[in-house]
Amino acid sequence: MDIGTVDQIIDKHHGEASSLIQVLLEIQRQNKWLPKTVLTRVSEKLDVPMSQIQHITTFYKTFSLVPKGRHEVHVCMGTACHVRGAERILDTVEEVTGVKSGETDPDLNFSVETVNCLGCCALGPVIVVDGEYHGNVEPAETVEVLKNCDCSCE
Amino acid sequence: MSEILLQIDGKKVTAKEGMTILEAARSVGVSIPTLCDHEKLAPYGACRVCTVEADARGTTNLVAACLQPVENDLVVRTRSEKVDKIRKVLLEQMLAHAPDSEELQELAQVYGADKDRFEAESSFCILCGLCVRYCAEVKKKHAVGFFDRGAKREIDFIPEVAIRECWDCKECFPLCPTSALQAAYVLTEALMSPPASSTKGCNSCG
Repeated sequence: MDIGTVDQIIDKHHGEASSLIQVLLEIQRQNKWLPKTVLTRVSEKLDVPMSQIQHITTFYKTFSLVPKGRHEVHVCMGTACHVRGAERILDTVEEVTGVKSGETDPDLNFSVETVNCLGCCALGPVIVVDGEYHGNVEPAETVEVLKNCDCSCE
Repeated sequence: MSEILLQIDGKKVTAKEGMTILEAARSVGVSIPTLCDHEKLAPYGACRVCTVEADARGTTNLVAACLQPVENDLVVRTRSEKVDKIRKVLLEQMLAHAPDSEELQELAQVYGADKDRFEAESSFCILCGLCVRYCAEVKKKHAVGFFDRGAKREIDFIPEVAIRECWDCKECFPLCPTSALQAAYVLTEALMSPPASSTKGCNSCG
């Protein structure tokens, strides 16, 4: 992400320190992660100390301080999904993507993350791929969903 | 400023509006234990060791004396069975993190806290925030801050700032009720030195 885009986002929020989280959210949305250089720029422009920014970015799970893959896969491990075989789904996801939970592959294709509940337990087991919910998934269907999204980006 | 009349441990106290219970208690020589309080810093209410019982408007509440403002007809008890038990458990939890802290050990003796009650967690930090707040409020350097949250919350130095500011200051070290802060700094220092030499290596290889 270039500094110009960061400056634009900051200007949109009138460079106010109170808009820090909104600025960070927008950068996170566009760039999928928050590189150190960007944070330094935000710190200078909004006049917020780096310690405060680190405090906030490590507090909220929305923010990522490491690069994320093009496709974000969330596997629900909540109680309802767990009893319906979320463990097997996670194994399948890890096998197909080659990425362990909480990690991203070196080619930045996939980021896999486990979550504790997505609030739609009736659909369990649930996976979310790039914001799209897939309910009642079987390992075979999981493979298909992941294959499809892998193709569509090429 | 209007005067406020309240009672602390049976003593009648006259306090000014806006004072905290802790300040009012100190003005009449009643001591309330504190860990995260510092005269130069804004009240923070992190350690909760200053918890007292306060009766106001017909109800009894447990409040942090360092944060709670005084009010008329308030009846405060700084020692009671309930308060002592709360302080004991708090100290036991903090001792699980920092068993060697002298400040904690002294309080533990007063309240009969057992340092081995909870399984030891080697963070050595009780997250009182004294260093973080001193650096931000008094020195205005923001070299040390909180990271992460919940059980993983910890203090850490911002290396870029620490390398410039900390060597000649270190004023936060004596504030720390445990030895965690110094350890964190030593670690940061250790982590800061190798990159200088390794960057050279990286530059030369391209």
